[in-house]
Amino acid sequence: MPLSSHVLHSTPLDARSLLNMGVTEDFRRTFFRTTAKDNVMFILLWHVLHLILRVIYLAQEVLHAIQSYLITNGFVTTYQDLNLERVRYLAIVIDSDEARQISEVIQLLEWLSAIGVKKVCLYDREGVLKRSQGVIMERFSSAYLSNEDSKIDPILSKTQLKIEFEFVSISDGKEAVAKAANVLYNKYYLDGDTEKPFFTEADLSEALENLEPDPDLLLIYGPARCHLGFPAWRIRYTEIVHMGQLKHKKYGLILKAIHKYTKVKQNYGS
Amino acid sequence: MEEERSENMMSKLLVRLNSTARHLLFRVVSTGPIPQHIAFILDGNRRFAKKWNLTEGGGHKAGFLALMSVLKYCYEIGVKYVTVYAFSLDNFNRRPDEVQYVMDLMQEKIEGFLKELTLVNKYGVRVLFVGDIERLYTPVRVAAEKAMEATAHNTTTYLLVCVAYTSSHEIPRAIYESCEEKSGVTRVTMNGNGYGNGDDHEVGIKVVDLEKHMYFRVAPDPDILVRSSGETRLSNFLVWQTVNCVLYSPKALWPEMGLWQVVWGILKFQKNYKYLEKKKKQA
Repeated sequence: MPLSSHVLHSTPLDARSLLNMGVTEDFRRTFFRTTAKDNVMFILLWHVLHLILRVIYLAQEVLHAIQSYLITNGFVTTYQDLNLERVRYLAIVIDSDEARQISEVIQLLEWLSAIGVKKVCLYDREGVLKRSQGVIMERFSSAYLSNEDSKIDPILSKTQLKIEFEFVSISDGKEAVAKAANVLYNKYYLDGDTEKPFFTEADLSEALENLEPDPDLLLIYGPARCHLGFPAWRIRYTEIVHMGQLKHKKYGLILKAIHKYTKVKQNYGS
Repeated sequence: MEEERSENMMSKLLVRLNSTARHLLFRVVSTGPIPQHIAFILDGNRRFAKKWNLTEGGGHKAGFLALMSVLKYCYEIGVKYVTVYAFSLDNFNRRPDEVQYVMDLMQEKIEGFLKELTLVNKYGVRVLFVGDIERLYTPVRVAAEKAMEATAHNTTTYLLVCVAYTSSHEIPRAIYESCEEKSGVTRVTMNGNGYGNGDDHEVGIKVVDLEKHMYFRVAPDPDILVRSSGETRLSNFLVWQTVNCVLYSPKALWPEMGLWQVVWGILKFQKNYKYLEKKKKQA
């Protein structure tokens, strides 16, 4: 809702206005005047509110399904021409429980490979994907790619390119930074009175010993829009998109997310 | 005259109705879990100014009005900690006149705030300026330190204003301080026993040690991170602290943010509450 001009030209709000709005007084009035019967009514209303929310989300799911169908089957051509050069490194966060459905994960990766994504970083908190590394790598080794697949899944009829993987879990997050802290400690603090610099971004990047670049785009497959502990240092400027649950993944929506990303212009604060 | 009086009465009545409706809405929403800590990235002031043909300064001023409203709604509904990303270290790269404008605006608002200390302390708001405060222009820094000192004993609600902050700065700094602390401990042990305690080197710096030295040790991790203007990145803000945090990106530009975005954000949090609590317990 735009602010009308008369509000902008009136006396600017300051601390007095905020406090004169009677913050704590309102709080007291709102919460301490109700009876037990009122409470039951409010609980009911809360459930109604969340029911309405669920209906809205359901409607959104249906719209997404229709949109994805239109995109996948070529009725909407806006997303066909992707500027994939901009997506040098794609990261996927999957909820650990959903990641146990390895067939779903593999199908997702097949779609990404069909789109033309070359480097993917796979993260799940508990390391389920790390443990399934063997299965996934085997599926994508060049020996396995055959014509059989394109008959089953029309999306795979496009040429499948080789795809590079990195597997990450929670131990590569905060724990890795703690390890890097020890590396820096051992480097600068153990030999008596050498000069101890004030650590910079560059020092930490070096100590983390991670050779992979920061992801450009992060897709989250899970119930919540939450990165669930993906290594913090690597997502400082990463675009984050919530794709819904893995079992409801849609090819068209991946195209849409990548396309939207390629249109984003970052100022990096300036 | 009669007309004016009845018009005044009408507007007063509407304000009252509006206020009551809002209280009822908050009462319903707070039947469910309310987040302890909400963080806001104040993005879109300049775009707002362009959209409405204002000067850039006008955009920031409109942003400040929106901030006051949003804070009021958060505290009313029962949120204890509110964090705002007011000024990033990256923002120092902007044009010098814009940086000067924002610094002047911050100084003006903090000094205005200091004039109302009795009221502030009555409502128990503790203000904390989080970030590399030394980088702020001197008058702003002085005002900020005064504000922090004056509200230091308040414990009802907390307002964390991030200035000269980035996670890129916070994390290496926490490492540096952890190293300094550890080397101080090792030196003391060595003096006491004559030789170093071998265990010290094996134990090493742990995640809890780093978190003890983070700027955000003063508050629990945020439950919701709201970034206005529909942008979906963290931009170097709270990357360490958002492990179990709901990320919400309403399309509204910051000066357009208000009641509905706050309520929607909280409803999203409530929808994911059980799931995220489960994730926190598993950690």
